[in-house]
Amino acid sequence: MKDYRADLHIHSVLSPCGDLDMSPRNIIRYAAGRKIDILGITDHNTTRHGPLMRKLGKEQGVFVLTGAEVTSREEVHCLAFFETDEQLASFQEYLDKELIPFKNDPGRFGHQVVVDKDDNILDEVENLLVYSIDQGIDQIGEKVHSLNGLFIPAHVNRSVNSLISQLGFVPAGIYADALEISRHVGRKEFLDKYPDLSHFTFIQSSDAHFPGDIGRVVTLFRINDLSFGEIKMALSGEKGRRVVLQ
Amino acid sequence: MTVRDLVNELGLKVFSGEKGLDRQVNGGYVSDLLSDVMGNAGEGMVWITLQTHRNVTAVASLKDLSAVLLVKGLKPDEDMAQQAGEEGLPVLGTDLQAFEIAGKLYSLLNLT
Repeated sequence: MKDYRADLHIHSVLSPCGDLDMSPRNIIRYAAGRKIDILGITDHNTTRHGPLMRKLGKEQGVFVLTGAEVTSREEVHCLAFFETDEQLASFQEYLDKELIPFKNDPGRFGHQVVVDKDDNILDEVENLLVYSIDQGIDQIGEKVHSLNGLFIPAHVNRSVNSLISQLGFVPAGIYADALEISRHVGRKEFLDKYPDLSHFTFIQSSDAHFPGDIGRVVTLFRINDLSFGEIKMALSGEKGRRVVLQ
Repeated sequence: MTVRDLVNELGLKVFSGEKGLDRQVNGGYVSDLLSDVMGNAGEGMVWITLQTHRNVTAVASLKDLSAVLLVKGLKPDEDMAQQAGEEGLPVLGTDLQAFEIAGKLYSLLNLT
């Protein structure tokens, strides 16, 4: 078993708020440079850079978890990850169907471009991706798990767009593989405030929108090898696999 | 004024929590952020919101609110309605949006 360094919350240039330097090629290059072993690509309400990131990551020795940061109807942000391109595509169909349509104004919100491995622009997404989808958080969790995915409410202690800000507290019985806490707080400090959440697995991530932010905080995964299954086992603490906050 | 009076005066739907219709109403609070309601709503207030998640019931009970009033024709999620029924928390509904129903509630409460 070995400790792998993970940063599971990263936005590419496809997110309107993502810096133009956050192309898949650049993200992987920076991540490799900062010795990130596991990288989560989580654009707002879209998975479209996932397959390319996975491929580029493989070439540079970075294991990419493909997914999205989904905004629920309650305006709660949650991370979702999928093992295969097929599952990812099914989830993308769901996002396309449920995203509340509202045209992006690039001057106001930023560009939402899909690029190729050489940073050439292939497409620009018309509808604003930071809007919410027309599904409640429990429905999203169910959808993710129906596709054998991982469901992780994002930055749950943040004062905006978090489970706690929008819904007051973490709902009893929520089916989450982990909770992400912000990088500004330690696990102990968080649990002092929310002692009833101690049974959850926690991760911390950079929520990077700029290259310089990638890997500014990492979560360690103590696993046998780099695979979706091993990561999933670590999140549920199975067979000695575990997740460690630094 | 009781929740029941409010239902009659404003023509509201009652989705759940009929047991609580005789609770006294002493004000209102409009917010869709549950953390804000937890921090700022007061006992006996009617909470006007578009949130339909089961946590709404828990927050309303925690704060001893008199009722939850859902706007724009929204219906409570199944588990929210069920929990509210168990706790006797009236969950009401209107087709009006928050500004309009808050205005009506405000003038109604000031009249009595």
